[in-house]
Amino acid sequence: MSHYVPPKQGKLSQLFDVIVLVALTVGALFVPLWLNMAGDAKEVTTPVENPTWESLGQNAVQAGQYEALGYTPETAHDLILARFDYSFTTGALITMIVVIVAYYFLMLKFSEAEYREVISEKFGQK
Amino acid sequence: MADFDITSGERDGMGPHGTKVGLLRVLGPAHVWALGVGIVLVGEYMGWNFAVGKGGAYAALIACWFAGILYTCVAMIDSEVTSTVAAAGGQYTQAKHIVGPLMAFNVGLYLVFAYTMLEAANAITAGYLFSVVATMSGFEGELDQRPFIILVIMFLAWLNYRGVLATLTFNLVITAIAFSAILVLFLSTSGVLGGGIMQHAALFEGHELPYGWVGVLAAMHFGLWYYLGIEGTTQAAEEVRSPARSLPFGTLAGIMTLLIAATLTWYVCSGVLPWEFLGDGVNGSVAPLFDTARLSGSNGLVWFLGFGTLFATLASANGCINDASRAWFAMGRDKYLPAWFGAVHPKYRTPYRAIVFLVPIALIFALGAPLDQVITFSILSGLLEYTFMPLNIILFRKKWPMGSIKRGYEHPFHPLPAIVLLSLCGITFFAVFLGYGTQLVAMIGFYIVVSLWFHFRRYRFVDRGAQFTMPWPKPQGY
Repeated sequence: MSHYVPPKQGKLSQLFDVIVLVALTVGALFVPLWLNMAGDAKEVTTPVENPTWESLGQNAVQAGQYEALGYTPETAHDLILARFDYSFTTGALITMIVVIVAYYFLMLKFSEAEYREVISEKFGQK
Repeated sequence: MADFDITSGERDGMGPHGTKVGLLRVLGPAHVWALGVGIVLVGEYMGWNFAVGKGGAYAALIACWFAGILYTCVAMIDSEVTSTVAAAGGQYTQAKHIVGPLMAFNVGLYLVFAYTMLEAANAITAGYLFSVVATMSGFEGELDQRPFIILVIMFLAWLNYRGVLATLTFNLVITAIAFSAILVLFLSTSGVLGGGIMQHAALFEGHELPYGWVGVLAAMHFGLWYYLGIEGTTQAAEEVRSPARSLPFGTLAGIMTLLIAATLTWYVCSGVLPWEFLGDGVNGSVAPLFDTARLSGSNGLVWFLGFGTLFATLASANGCINDASRAWFAMGRDKYLPAWFGAVHPKYRTPYRAIVFLVPIALIFALGAPLDQVITFSILSGLLEYTFMPLNIILFRKKWPMGSIKRGYEHPFHPLPAIVLLSLCGITFFAVFLGYGTQLVAMIGFYIVVSLWFHFRRYRFVDRGAQFTMPWPKPQGY
């Protein structure tokens, strides 16, 4: 195999690549946040009016610890009653599985093609 | 068997790349331990408690132990491969030699983002701690945490810029203090020394498994936080005096330390703090060990755990800057990223451009995103990396069977650790899907897009054969 000679990359081109990578990175975290779609689906589904420790499901020891931390039943209301919603559809689960498997399949397939080229150049043809 | 012996100590880290200035080989096993445990120990001081929020206290304990098994497999596999591929970049360099360039590029990014996000989470926690201390000292009003967040990141980046030995010696000292603080809190509050304040039965009453068994699965998501980052010991490979001895010893001693620390942490925190408060790391307990000390009634413990939390966040952020910059540097050196990043400081012998470049990235996340989102971003990058590891070790043993090259360490029971690790990663993907599915898909979408960018644009600048730098024979099957 002939030796591959990579082109020399100019300063501006290097800068462009860095900007693209940073933009993608920031976008991956912040776009779901800006669209209000990023996780933490904890919500209070059944609020309690005029809450007491008993109505919030707390025994004497649990209530005592909350009071030691500076909480009252009113201020602890959301903290105690907020719950995740773990319900999901089969379609969403299958989508996630397909995305993950496709990602690793893509990685391994492209990597293998590139790797053969590397080994061929480093060690010569089989 | 190949002639070159990785245990010989002959090889200069930068030698294969033909550069004149290399990273300094000055570290010993204790520094490797300090790097691994230093990065991770903060996971006991904050973040793990989100696992309580996702499934309850018992679920967090089960997650702690299953995540412990996951990381034991990680440490075993990592010790074998790293003691053989002893070069900066850690798993990135392993992937480059064993799986292929695109996988290596992805693994390099996993490393950089896992550590940079962890660094951001540490800075957020340090900022919170300063605000609590200000309130305890009589400051009235809301302390602006942002200057402290910026100061922490800038100071540690400067320390890293100046040299690796000082950086990791600093880590060794503050990590040892932070670990001692956990032991002292356990001994003081559990009843071993004097009266105990543990009330597990009463605090768990009626809330044993608030989400049922699905909550146990969901808790695995943040269960990783107990140990995330122990694999970072590999980043020191090019700077330790004896990689074949120091890396396995430091890594395996590190995971044992963390298993103890994680279990003790769960025990003392869940025995004092109500689960809803403990499980909410944003509106409830940001720093659970510190909060436990506050309820102990001992001012000495409050201050000790306050310093322990601060030291743990500093040690972790410090190690993260160290690791992320090595991975970024190694990719720049191979031209996977612009070659400008592949430079070593002529005087301090550190990857200074990579260190400086990652500072604003960490600041963007530390100042602009909530703690649980930053942690999830870090965990997801880590999880993608752990899923790569079983594939990596299976291919490593297949391409270079035992006896074909000299390994510094050979892990037992292969392929059992790889299979267990892959299974636990599958469970953890499902755990993340429960509650944070959108982020999971967004994150993988990001990696697919950057992979296409790498394959179709960036890879043209990479010298094909020259990136394979290990003095190994040709892999079998090629």
